[in-house]
Amino acid sequence: MTMIKRGFAALAAGALSTALAMPAFAEPVKFDFWFGLSGDLARVVDTLCKNFNESQKDYEVVCTSQGNYDATLQNTIAAFRAGKQPAVVQVYDVGTATMMLSGAYKPADKLMEENGYKIDYADYFPGIARYYATSKGEMLSFPFNSSTALMYWNKDAFAKIGKTEAPKTWEDVGADLKAMKDAGYECPMAINISANESWQLMEQFSALHNQPIATKSNGYDGLDARLEVNKTKFVQYVTDLKKWYDAGLIKIKSKDLGQDMVQAFASGTCQVILTSVGDHGTVGKTQKEGMNWDVAELPVYAGTERKNSLVGGASLWVLSGKSDAEYKGAAAFLNFIHDPKTALFWSTNTGYIPVTKSGFDYMKSSGFYDKAPYKGREVAIASLTASEPTEITRGVRLGNFTQIRAEFGTQMQAIFANKVSVQEGLDTLVKNGDAILDRFQQTYPGKTLP
Amino acid sequence: MEKRVTFGKWTIGILFAVPQLLLIFTFFYWPAGQAVYWSLTLQQPWGGGNIWVGLDNFRSILSNADYWNSITASLVFAGLSTGLAMSIALVLAALTDRQLAGSRLYRVVLIWPYGIAAPALALAFRFILAPEAGFMAVVNRVWPGFWDPGLDGADAMASIIIAFSWKYVGYNFIFFLAAFQAIPRSLIEAAAMDGSGVIRRFWDIQFPLITPTIFFLLVINITESFQDSFGIVDIMTAGGPANATNLMVYKIYSDGFKGLDYSGAAAQSIILMLLIIVLTIFQFRFIERRVHYR
Repeated sequence: MTMIKRGFAALAAGALSTALAMPAFAEPVKFDFWFGLSGDLARVVDTLCKNFNESQKDYEVVCTSQGNYDATLQNTIAAFRAGKQPAVVQVYDVGTATMMLSGAYKPADKLMEENGYKIDYADYFPGIARYYATSKGEMLSFPFNSSTALMYWNKDAFAKIGKTEAPKTWEDVGADLKAMKDAGYECPMAINISANESWQLMEQFSALHNQPIATKSNGYDGLDARLEVNKTKFVQYVTDLKKWYDAGLIKIKSKDLGQDMVQAFASGTCQVILTSVGDHGTVGKTQKEGMNWDVAELPVYAGTERKNSLVGGASLWVLSGKSDAEYKGAAAFLNFIHDPKTALFWSTNTGYIPVTKSGFDYMKSSGFYDKAPYKGREVAIASLTASEPTEITRGVRLGNFTQIRAEFGTQMQAIFANKVSVQEGLDTLVKNGDAILDRFQQTYPGKTLP
Repeated sequence: MEKRVTFGKWTIGILFAVPQLLLIFTFFYWPAGQAVYWSLTLQQPWGGGNIWVGLDNFRSILSNADYWNSITASLVFAGLSTGLAMSIALVLAALTDRQLAGSRLYRVVLIWPYGIAAPALALAFRFILAPEAGFMAVVNRVWPGFWDPGLDGADAMASIIIAFSWKYVGYNFIFFLAAFQAIPRSLIEAAAMDGSGVIRRFWDIQFPLITPTIFFLLVINITESFQDSFGIVDIMTAGGPANATNLMVYKIYSDGFKGLDYSGAAAQSIILMLLIIVLTIFQFRFIERRVHYR
């Protein structure tokens, strides 16, 4: 026993003296970064990490993909409860409210300040920054991969019906889809109605039309916010979508059915889709030979004063309970990602948009948006910055929003299968969604969003 | 006289049992107890505050129409998939047992499906049953709109039942074949000489003699259909459309892991556990009476 103890002591002393004697050869401080992207995007993140590690000698980030956003959050929670959390974690947009109440993070702006980095927060596009900031404007996490929804339209199909521009209003969309159907197109427009499409169908639509999703400024002003999408312009929108679906102008495309909507668009089967700018690269890489297409801002109803669209994607949170050395590394990493050059690398390889004005300007000046495969992505910036964010368009901050999105998918499916009317379906969505919000509020008694 | 090892003191017996008890406690009772505790509280996902709410979680679950819908879906799924998987396996095993030409090949081939992981086979069936691209696309071309698991709940339910049954046909087949082969040949041969046909021999001799196996498989199939269906549902339908295939085990996953509602999911797990216990007791009490053990 004593032998072993002595051995340990000697080892420890040895290690200590080595550390003291040769600081110049110190190993770089390692820290973990967990993210939710997979496949092609995960490889880009790995390259990003490699670039960071090669850019300096003091820190080494260890980047691990957890498969998807849900799993990343679940694994991080499990790790946190066991005291083994990573220093930096990527959390998707709808996890923001949950993170804010977790008490498990170190505010990103404080971290940067403590470690001597000066970040110009006004440089962030306001629509992006406010999604991740407190009501007072403090940035709790840093936007990482950001996107927004766009309309992808097939120029060839529109040319057949004598159009050279994308429709700007939903009224025009209806007429154009009808014309395309008459011109012999089987699938003028493709949508999907699972939980995921809540983003472009409900959330983006509501923001563009300055319509609330929930009371209390979409939840920013308190945990007692409740849904109200059953009495906004959204009802009209779902009614129209259903009408077009019944008339055969819209087809449902999903992976379960054999072809998802991005594939359906890229193969020329369907002529219009609404999806993330993040898919811009995929469509370009997989499109049918010679097909002409472009992207445009999502349409609005005639007479609407267009507002900014919402940011999607994920942000980087720094978790509490790590050592100062790791925090130094994390700060250096966030600073590296904030750099416009990194933004150019990131956007080129993924399709995500730059999150800062300086990053955008840098990309513009380097001619990024003039070249063929990337041309059109600047529309996303235009959409995000269409107006100063209002109380409603700065974002959605509802607890357990993942479950509310699931409820959205369920009710949309019930509506499209003619099980319930549009109004009944949306009423149920609000009722069940409110129960979810109620439960979230009970779980955090007396707490308020920062 | 029979020799028996006896211990003078009961404490020594306990001592020998302790490692076993510890294992059982650590891996069964402790997690189960934890689930019971969670189901009586509201858990904050990140820790740092749990509120005691008594039976509120159960109350809110049992007053939720979606939850009852999920119980119904689970029962329909369990009944139909168990019936399908067992009857097909029984027929195939009976045929293979007759030692038709190539029966050894069938034996090997029929056992394979059970070796395939649920998500992998779900992926395969997603392609096979896809309404626009797969095998069913052909059917849809003849009768447009015949097959649409994307919006039609019954079609979606049918597709997960088919996938699940396909896997368990392989599993059941192994047991049925073993049971058939354990029946003395002389019995069958004697009956054949008396002039009874294949069907007659099956119902009067083979079937009664394999009832213990049938009973065992019934219990296993029903239990597994409540628990092992998760991977198939997740890949093929994700609980949709409109909750039609939101089986209890899948709802626990989506509420607990995706929705971070740990307490609600814990309460649902308890209910699922109780339901399986009740079903198993029911089977032992009422069906086992008809089983002939040799």
